[in-house]
Amino acid sequence: MSTSSHRRIDAAGLVIALILLVLAGLVWWDMSKLQILSPYDLGPKVMPIIVSAGLAILAIGNAISAFRGELPARDSLDWRPIILILGGLAALILLIAFGGGFIIGTALLFATTSAAFGRRAFLVDLLIGFVVALIVYVLFSKLLALSLPTGPLERLI
Amino acid sequence: MEAFVSLAHGLTVAIQPMNLLFALIGVLLGTAVGVLPGIGPALTVALLLPITFKLDPAGSIIMFAGIYYGGMYGGSTTAILINTPGESASMATALEGNLMAKAGRGGPALATSAIGSFVAGTIATLGLTLLAPYLVELAVRFGPEDYFALMCVAFVTVSATFGDSPVRGLTSLFIGLLLGLVGIDILSGQSRLSFGVPELYDNIEVTTLAVGLFAVGEALYVASRRHIHEEKLEAVRGSLWMTKEDWKRSWKPWLRGTLYGFPIGALPAGGAEIPTFLSYATEKRLTKHPEDFGKGAIEGVAGPEAANNASAAGTLVPLLTLGLPTSATAAMMLAGFQQYGLNPGPLLFAERPDLVWGLIASLFIANGMLLVLNLPLVGLWVRLLSIPQPWLYAGILVFATMGTIAANPSPVELVMLTVFGVLGFLMRRFDFPIAPVVVGLILGPVAESQLRRALSISLGDPMVLLESPISATLLFIALVALVAPFVLKGLGRFKAVED
Repeated sequence: MSTSSHRRIDAAGLVIALILLVLAGLVWWDMSKLQILSPYDLGPKVMPIIVSAGLAILAIGNAISAFRGELPARDSLDWRPIILILGGLAALILLIAFGGGFIIGTALLFATTSAAFGRRAFLVDLLIGFVVALIVYVLFSKLLALSLPTGPLERLI
Repeated sequence: MEAFVSLAHGLTVAIQPMNLLFALIGVLLGTAVGVLPGIGPALTVALLLPITFKLDPAGSIIMFAGIYYGGMYGGSTTAILINTPGESASMATALEGNLMAKAGRGGPALATSAIGSFVAGTIATLGLTLLAPYLVELAVRFGPEDYFALMCVAFVTVSATFGDSPVRGLTSLFIGLLLGLVGIDILSGQSRLSFGVPELYDNIEVTTLAVGLFAVGEALYVASRRHIHEEKLEAVRGSLWMTKEDWKRSWKPWLRGTLYGFPIGALPAGGAEIPTFLSYATEKRLTKHPEDFGKGAIEGVAGPEAANNASAAGTLVPLLTLGLPTSATAAMMLAGFQQYGLNPGPLLFAERPDLVWGLIASLFIANGMLLVLNLPLVGLWVRLLSIPQPWLYAGILVFATMGTIAANPSPVELVMLTVFGVLGFLMRRFDFPIAPVVVGLILGPVAESQLRRALSISLGDPMVLLESPISATLLFIALVALVAPFVLKGLGRFKAVED
């Protein structure tokens, strides 16, 4: 571990602290809308109060570590693969949401993930993903009787 | 003695041909998935959960037992051959194991880890058999406030006591607790943190969270730093078998590792990381061949691997007797029980002894199967390791999304999976531990219901938590475990020591 970042304020750490604080506020706000049914105890509010308070305290704790620069050192980041994988997931979600079916979406996800890990044969991978998805679909829906989302392709099987 | 009668009954369940088959499938699937780099035992169980939906509870839980032990074994194979432990518990194994593989002694390293796992697993499962009835008897006397206090102990030890940073560990835990709040509160029928999204009304699926954090998060993380870090697979060269010398150097570390692993796993003391590194440090100190450490010492594989497996069996003690998961894998096992509406704990021992003891008996059987199967099949497992990385992770993501969508056919579930994946990526990047999130999600609602039961009995007086001696003691332990890491800086910083 390098200690070069010692004693420098960590901006990312402060953002984390801020997010925790927002989450604490969100839980508190949500809790305030709950109704108490029993006159004696706080019922459904007990746990949100504990969680909200805990998150607020931890926001302070994280802020302190950020000011002290105590967060572990981080490597440089390559954004391209992240965008590729998330893009593949988004494509799958959209295809399923709009009735495009499971197989096409899965083939796309396979190909984008593979590209994210450095493969340069998108069309080949798309084909492999298609075959994998097809096998999985038949295995799951016919043998295990689990329902997977269907689209035009799935209806042909 | 009573325990052995129960165990014999369990054996009659486990030995039925169908159940033996389930155990075998579990062991094979567990090892195959566990071998894949980046997939630890928790993710193995999470990915394979949807496959068991349609099975009957006994068969499916017996299959889990196989998956659990198989996943552990597969993980250590990966650690030895490519030095990318899927989970922190295999890190100690990777240290010397990978060096042995580099020096052309991969075979004996795999053998000592397989046989050590068998020895440790068998002794620890025996310990579970003997210990469980006593704990069940004790647990019956627990009131709701005592259970709540016990869960506080588990929360603290899992998140704060032994990690790198108690603040980051607790942050992870509270994220998990927050996620546990989402959905309709059963007692009052009101929805919390659901924002009108129907999919959020019936709680966040543990499998979706675990698969998102472990599979998607890991894929994003590995892909984003592929330009820095390249994995290298070591071929298994030379003989698989251990020489007489290897045996002589291995058996004591196996037993010592078991002695570390089982008690630490059985106490709710946070996973297998501590015993494996304790075992590693002990073997390094006691060895007659100190010159080998750093070049591939067999003791450094035998001890931690035994400790790892013994603690895996150990975590089943609180899981089965108290319903208390103390590792991400145990949390996934609990999710497996819950999918059939079964809640591990003293009641389950009384109501479904066939199930509980059938599971324990299957653990013995799974352990034996692993020993017999894995050494001959090592060539096959190694071939799995040589799947090119792009296809491997693409396959992992395909199975992750498919399992999620099969369990809950809704695109919203996939959105959650993606969000948890990004969360997992960020947590890895900023070094927040992942297991506390999973434990928080699954144990949070249980802790809440116990707390509310206690409070409604006491008419809302929180002092009830301190009036019961059991609860007061447990809360004191939780407090000590919470404060200790702040006072004794460096507790459990075994990772830093080994770097």
